[in-house]
Amino acid sequence: MKTYTNPVYAYRRSPDQDGTPARRPVVVVGAGPVGLAAAIDLAQSDVPVVVLDEDNTVSVGSRAICYAKRALEILDRLGCGERIVRKGVGWNVGKVFHRQELVYQFDLLPESGHRRPAFVNLQQYYLEEYLVDRVAELPAAEIRWENRVTGVRVRADHVALTVATPDGDYELHCDWLIVADGARSPVRTLLGLEADGQVFRDRFLIADIHMRTDFPPERWFWFDPPFHPNQSVLLHRQADDVWRVDFQLGWDADPEEEKKPERIGPRLRAMLGADADFDIEWASVYTFQCRRMRRFRHGRVIFAGDAAHVVSPFGARGANSGIQDTDNLVWKLRLVLEGLAPERLLDSYDVERSAAADENIANSTRSTDFITPKSAISRVFRDATLQLARRHPFARRLVNSGRLSVPRVHTESPLNTPDRRGEQFAGAMVPGAPAADAPVTGPGSSWLLDYLGQGFTLLSFGSAVAPPAAAALLRDRIPCRVLQVGGERDEDLIVVQDVAGLLAQRYDGKPGTCYLLRPDQIVCARWRSFDAAAVRAAIAHATAHD
Amino acid sequence: MPVLCTEPNIAAPDDFYELLIALHRDLTHAQSELVNAKLVLLLANHIGDTAVLRAALAAARQDVAAPGAEA
Ligand SMILES: Cc1cc2nc3c(=O)[nH]c(=O)nc-3n(C[C@H](O)[C@H](O)[C@H](O)COP(=O)(O)OP(=O)(O)OC[C@H]3O[C@@H](n4cnc5c(N)ncnc54)[C@H](O)[C@@H]3O)c2cc1C
Repeated sequence: MKTYTNPVYAYRRSPDQDGTPARRPVVVVGAGPVGLAAAIDLAQSDVPVVVLDEDNTVSVGSRAICYAKRALEILDRLGCGERIVRKGVGWNVGKVFHRQELVYQFDLLPESGHRRPAFVNLQQYYLEEYLVDRVAELPAAEIRWENRVTGVRVRADHVALTVATPDGDYELHCDWLIVADGARSPVRTLLGLEADGQVFRDRFLIADIHMRTDFPPERWFWFDPPFHPNQSVLLHRQADDVWRVDFQLGWDADPEEEKKPERIGPRLRAMLGADADFDIEWASVYTFQCRRMRRFRHGRVIFAGDAAHVVSPFGARGANSGIQDTDNLVWKLRLVLEGLAPERLLDSYDVERSAAADENIANSTRSTDFITPKSAISRVFRDATLQLARRHPFARRLVNSGRLSVPRVHTESPLNTPDRRGEQFAGAMVPGAPAADAPVTGPGSSWLLDYLGQGFTLLSFGSAVAPPAAAALLRDRIPCRVLQVGGERDEDLIVVQDVAGLLAQRYDGKPGTCYLLRPDQIVCARWRSFDAAAVRAAIAHATAHD
Repeated sequence: MPVLCTEPNIAAPDDFYELLIALHRDLTHAQSELVNAKLVLLLANHIGDTAVLRAALAAARQDVAAPGAEA
């Protein structure tokens, strides 16, 4: 590759490789985006964590390129968001073509007053490199490169691993094992577990090319273009003037042949013009699958990311959802490790993230069915939709070249406290919803989300919570900080001002309104007036104490 | 509760039927399929209501058994 050189992370012998097996609270298998996010999150809350990865570098060639708003917000909490956004390419406009014609274009630019855009494009190797750099800043986290897990034995009170290294095998024990070893998940296989689902009978050529052009940073999607008849093509801009081109090839294509530069060159020139000036950075041929494990928690072994569930890439829900997995898991695991919550709290991870995986699989399957119609009649309806979409707005809503990756709203979560009878709220911030961002002024950041996510937070509109009551909540075994919107500062409260009025609008905040937010910034209860006992009961409920 | 209307509702049924057949005159089978699909989508959007659409889908499938399925 011309624009990127893979870093090499050296294997280092660990003292754990000598003597009796060491016992660690948490081991993570896999230093992909998901394992790294888990490690950062744990280490940020001072839980010691060891990451084992069989390789010695980040992703070779890019896979994921689009990171969605919610994942970026989580990466902000992990201390990596800014670097990713600054290096990446933000985009909002998507265009859909059928044959030669522009069918329609959409603008994902959400309402203003959010820190992060709908999507930022960045090569997966940069994402991983930045996460690795962040891990290095955290004394509680350690990555062991060239450490391949080759054996797993689940015991009553711990998990025993066999790890292969350049110095030979060693044994490592842990209280909890987070498995983030990717779609093929060797650990899943070692445990005799499976991920069920559907493989799509289609192949796609993914080519990253370096090209200076004045194309706008937009997502262009073609159905049946003249330069690649009967198939679809996708064009995306990434950092460093690198463009992602994705050619649908059909099931009969020969993956080895199609990867050859002498095959890819003509395809690209047909698309970009005979005199287009580009270098191929990296190319690969993929088939796509939608599969998930039936359960993500198996006692002390917890699966996350592609190891737990895989989706086709249309809609960018792979890495994005994996990062949301660890966001959901880590605070629960920390409370369990600290003896502050029973182990069954971890079952809510399975409930919540299974529902999210089903939603992602449904969305990505629908997109794939539209892009790769499985029957003649499905193809007829697809073409009918595209033809109608040129003239009629209703049909544009049916065109599906990948839906925006949005987070699951966990309305079904066992951790939610239902609204009090008779209390009405407008807006989207129902129990189970990830907190909406809004601009604020206050002692720290100018965005709301930066004030949430260190433990439980009570977002309180007006001065309903007296400072002594706030101080008492903060002294509880599971502390809760009060974040007051409006009013004067006090030692026991953090006060932010709703500078644009968007906080009150998005949360339907009136004087007295309180929202309880989990450490992963998800609403778990809300009231129209403050009641300390109700807040404590909701925290107990959200930590599986009842 | 909107329900699927299956009582006579087309003002001039013979005229409509003639128009429907005429719509496909001169078309190949593939073109006819495309036109039919467009028609389904246009009418479905006009109806809009999910319950009615579901009822129509079910009524359309009635008496059409997949090969191998019990009749
Ligand atoms: C073409 C393509 C485009 C995509 N586009 C997007 C996109 O735009 N947006 C998006 O969100 N997602 C996208 N994805 C999906 C995304 O790449 C994955 O979801 C993501 O990489 C999953 O991360 P992970 O950490 O779960 O697994 P991986 O990234 O696969 O990481 C697994 C890690 O585990 C290590 N490992 C494996 N076995 C062992 C072992 N036995 N011992 C130790 N270590 C081991 C591996 O070395 C690897 O580092 C795309 C995928 C593809 C293929």
